[in-house]
Amino acid sequence: MTGYRSLFLKVLSAVLVFGAWEIAGRIPVSYSFPTFLDTMSALVALTLDGTMLRAYAETLQPLAVGISISAVFGIGIGLWVGLSARFDWLFSPIFIVMQAAPLAALIPLLVMAYGVGLTSKVFVVCIMAMPVIVLNTGGAVRNTPSSLQEMGRSFLAREDQILLKVIIPAASPVIFSGLRLGISAGFIGAILAELKITPTGVGDIITYSRSIADYPSMYAAIFSIILFAVLFLNLVERLENVLFKGNDRGYVSD
Amino acid sequence: MSQISDRPDSASKPVPENAVAARNVSKNYGDVEALRDLSLDFPRGQLTSLLGPSGCGKTTLLKIIAGLLEPSSGEILVNGELVDGPGPDRAFVFQDFALLPWASVIRNVAFGLELRGVAKSEREAIAERYIKDVGLAGFENSFPHELSGGMRQRVGLARALSVDAQVLLMDEPFSAVDEQTRRKFQEDLLNLVANENKTFIFVTHSIEEAVYVSDQIAILLPRPSRVSEIIRPSGIRGKGADSIRRDPEYLDIVDRIWASLRSYVE
Repeated sequence: MTGYRSLFLKVLSAVLVFGAWEIAGRIPVSYSFPTFLDTMSALVALTLDGTMLRAYAETLQPLAVGISISAVFGIGIGLWVGLSARFDWLFSPIFIVMQAAPLAALIPLLVMAYGVGLTSKVFVVCIMAMPVIVLNTGGAVRNTPSSLQEMGRSFLAREDQILLKVIIPAASPVIFSGLRLGISAGFIGAILAELKITPTGVGDIITYSRSIADYPSMYAAIFSIILFAVLFLNLVERLENVLFKGNDRGYVSD
Repeated sequence: MSQISDRPDSASKPVPENAVAARNVSKNYGDVEALRDLSLDFPRGQLTSLLGPSGCGKTTLLKIIAGLLEPSSGEILVNGELVDGPGPDRAFVFQDFALLPWASVIRNVAFGLELRGVAKSEREAIAERYIKDVGLAGFENSFPHELSGGMRQRVGLARALSVDAQVLLMDEPFSAVDEQTRRKFQEDLLNLVANENKTFIFVTHSIEEAVYVSDQIAILLPRPSRVSEIIRPSGIRGKGADSIRRDPEYLDIVDRIWASLRSYVE
């Protein structure tokens, strides 16, 4: 029952948002704001003539590489930061600075150092995605209830068992929320890189369509990347529920 | 059970009368003196309560016995052997239950055995038996957040029993459950002490609870912590669980302990 109801609410909210978009486009609020239906037909056209497929083949390269690096190293460094106060002291400031840095202003520096190719774009994705993953993981590990760790030790857990069977499962909800935030930031980074470094992939469709005032195509590209990000984040949530079965069951509050 | 058989055979050595002994234990946290030169014997097969006002170091002493804290000086002997960390001869029941919220009841109960590498089918068979013993049959696949406070502590107790340690360390185990559940727990604990051949060390701040369940009560006083008195309510032990609270000796001991503690309670 609740499954049907939540599906119904999702469909309803989608209808409301897209309906409002359609109306706003028809008024129109701005000459450069297309209606929902125009955008969708542009999306279908771009998909059918293969433009979209070629664009994603390019955009996905820095995105996949950057997000993989950020996830693996981000969680690894985060665990280390959470376990060792000295390492926390050494590394956390770097990621706090990375998170606060005005990335768009730093891109020329990256281009100067690494050129206009894939490397620079991967860097942009990592700079966007990694800090939140590292900081969330570190915080979650640090905040593992000490009584659970004590329980593990009193029942003769080795250090590695405490990490694998107590700390990581206890921290996993926050680690995954960091991962989700990091991945969405990585998507922003990938598009930002394509807009700011060299126009390729989805960023190229956005830049080119805007320059020829083909606004439906421009919004279709933006819409597609948002849709893709949402689907990917849902996949990550599925992964979490497979890996850590208890996480969707709520927590003992007292 | 197989988790006992791979332990070294201790039958050849003479077994000391006291299962646990604390010898001149001191513990300092920086400048704060939590325990000073404390010595105490815990007779085998009996329940010893550590009773005292808050801040008297009773939980600190229990965690030192458990091997979770290191004493600043002095030593703990369990069966005549020096403690230098947690061991298979001791199991701990936590005040806040310390259950894994993501794990089912059966996995929580079997967790001690899981950490020791006991095979899944074997440890679940053992866990199932103790889940039944503590009265939670049918809740094997429930999760901690679905249980009441009392039931959660039963899971904690079953977990400690399932590793079959000779010494059970209980840190205010009933303080987070309601009064009625607590009374039931106390009666169950009397049966447990009588039926299981284990040594119990029980931290509490409730005078009535200590007198009701204990073979020996060590009264700890703060600043600096020391054992001020040892009381053995032997006269009321043989009587049934129902009549203890009406026994004159029970009431006398409760009054006597309160008289010596009241000046330390602010």
